[in-house]
Amino acid sequence: MDNDDTFRPQFTPLPAGPRGLLIECGTAEAASACYQQVQQHRRSGALDVTDAIPGATTVLLDGVEDTEALAARIRNWAIEQTAREATGHVEIPVLYDGPDVADVAHMWGVSPAEVPDLHSRITYRSAFCGFMPGFAYLEGAPSELHVPRRSSPRTRVPAGSVALAGPWCGVYPRETPGGWQLIGTMVGSRPLFDPTAEPAALLAPGTTVRFIPAVPTRTANEEGNGR
Amino acid sequence: MSSIEIVRAGALTTCQDAGRPGWAHLAVPHSGAADKPAWKQANQLAGNPPGACALETTLTGCAFRTYRDVTVVVGGAPCPVTVDDVPVAWGQPVKLPANSVLEAGAPTAGVRSYIAISGGLYPKAVLGSHSTCLLSGLGPAPLRQGDTIPLGPAPARPPYETQWPTPWPGMPAELVLPLHLGPRHDWFSPDSVAVLSRETWEISEHSNRVGLRLTGPTLRRVNEVELPSEGIVTGAVQVPPDGLPIVFGPDHPTTGGYPVIGVVGHEAMAQAAQARVGTPVRFVPLPPPAWSEQGRYAPARRSGTDEAWADT
Repeated sequence: MDNDDTFRPQFTPLPAGPRGLLIECGTAEAASACYQQVQQHRRSGALDVTDAIPGATTVLLDGVEDTEALAARIRNWAIEQTAREATGHVEIPVLYDGPDVADVAHMWGVSPAEVPDLHSRITYRSAFCGFMPGFAYLEGAPSELHVPRRSSPRTRVPAGSVALAGPWCGVYPRETPGGWQLIGTMVGSRPLFDPTAEPAALLAPGTTVRFIPAVPTRTANEEGNGR
Repeated sequence: MSSIEIVRAGALTTCQDAGRPGWAHLAVPHSGAADKPAWKQANQLAGNPPGACALETTLTGCAFRTYRDVTVVVGGAPCPVTVDDVPVAWGQPVKLPANSVLEAGAPTAGVRSYIAISGGLYPKAVLGSHSTCLLSGLGPAPLRQGDTIPLGPAPARPPYETQWPTPWPGMPAELVLPLHLGPRHDWFSPDSVAVLSRETWEISEHSNRVGLRLTGPTLRRVNEVELPSEGIVTGAVQVPPDGLPIVFGPDHPTTGGYPVIGVVGHEAMAQAAQARVGTPVRFVPLPPPAWSEQGRYAPARRSGTDEAWADT
């Protein structure tokens, strides 16, 4: 969104069962604005729902008392600017040692040594969580850095893997199968999901994220590249 | 405070309470008792406060020893119940002296029995709930022989007196699911609604607390674009590319990448939780509300979203 004054998303509520509303927002930008609006209304007490779940281009409301009345309200929501509230900022040190670095570099048309720089210069933002507790879909990569999923998913992706797929970047909180391109490993002891922390997910929706190339990798690369 | 010790864990026995609503935006499934009315009623008859944690068994029951005098109600799926090998009543409060063993056998109908113990179970809570979630791994692990689970203090309210008959619902021989169409019913061919109301599916063996997978007729899409990930409610009927519906249960993922043709209400989901593999399933499609037809996006408006992904 270059010009905030012209940002007038149209929100279309769709039925999701007797107590659910799926708000179709059209774009990721509008979904993000809608989620902020929802959270603002929940905090002020103007909206009472059990769950509000942001998606790629939607927001789902669950536990709605009167879906018809709320649908009518949502259609009239006017959002004229997208000033994003600071939900928090996280910096994640990464060793760029993933098995797919060479493939990603090839798709980006650069050398593998350039992958850390290109990846870490982007400020990402957690658009929504899904797949497993604490797994965040991070948006912000320019379209020329989008990569497809692997044609065949791995049966085992190690916890802490930093991965790319489509427009997204993500970090796996636990070991799991997965088909994203693995470019590195998160370093350090901050868990991505800790039910005793506030928020429980390190990368809760709205959080901005920068990846910092971990020093050992850079040193190793420099040594490796030294002539 | 005292505890119970699992003597026989059965096929799958978990701790369940009301679950974890309110955390879905962090990808935490709701979880909680699959048959909530049965769970509530077992607790009520045991004199427990609403929301107490109970055992949920699957198909083969379980057995446990208690280390203090308790009152126990085995409800939900009807099954033989014994205390130290002596038959006692199912669905009724049973006094269980310290150091005795209660065994809930394989149900004669249904899938899940609920065992409420006076005082309630207190395994370590995660995000305010004692529930096991199979998908996320949150909460206590499925129980194994030798596990001990702490009990809460004996409730102030005495258990109900034994009294027949108790109004336990019958178990479904055929599952009839009212289906509220939407949010993505218009991604399917016009004859899909007719197929839904006319045909019969069966519950497949690949069903669990995450979802009931159905075998039978396939539902055909007319909109083939990839659905960007979006939130899912419990009871949602998602249709993956093979066209076979999945009815999402308490441990379902919080977002999904395939269209949801409709949503089954909570009351029917309790019945669904008791339906065995092979049970015939019919849907009763209910039209989407009139308000939802205003300003509706045509499916074509959703092109250009092929960069978004269903899952990892």
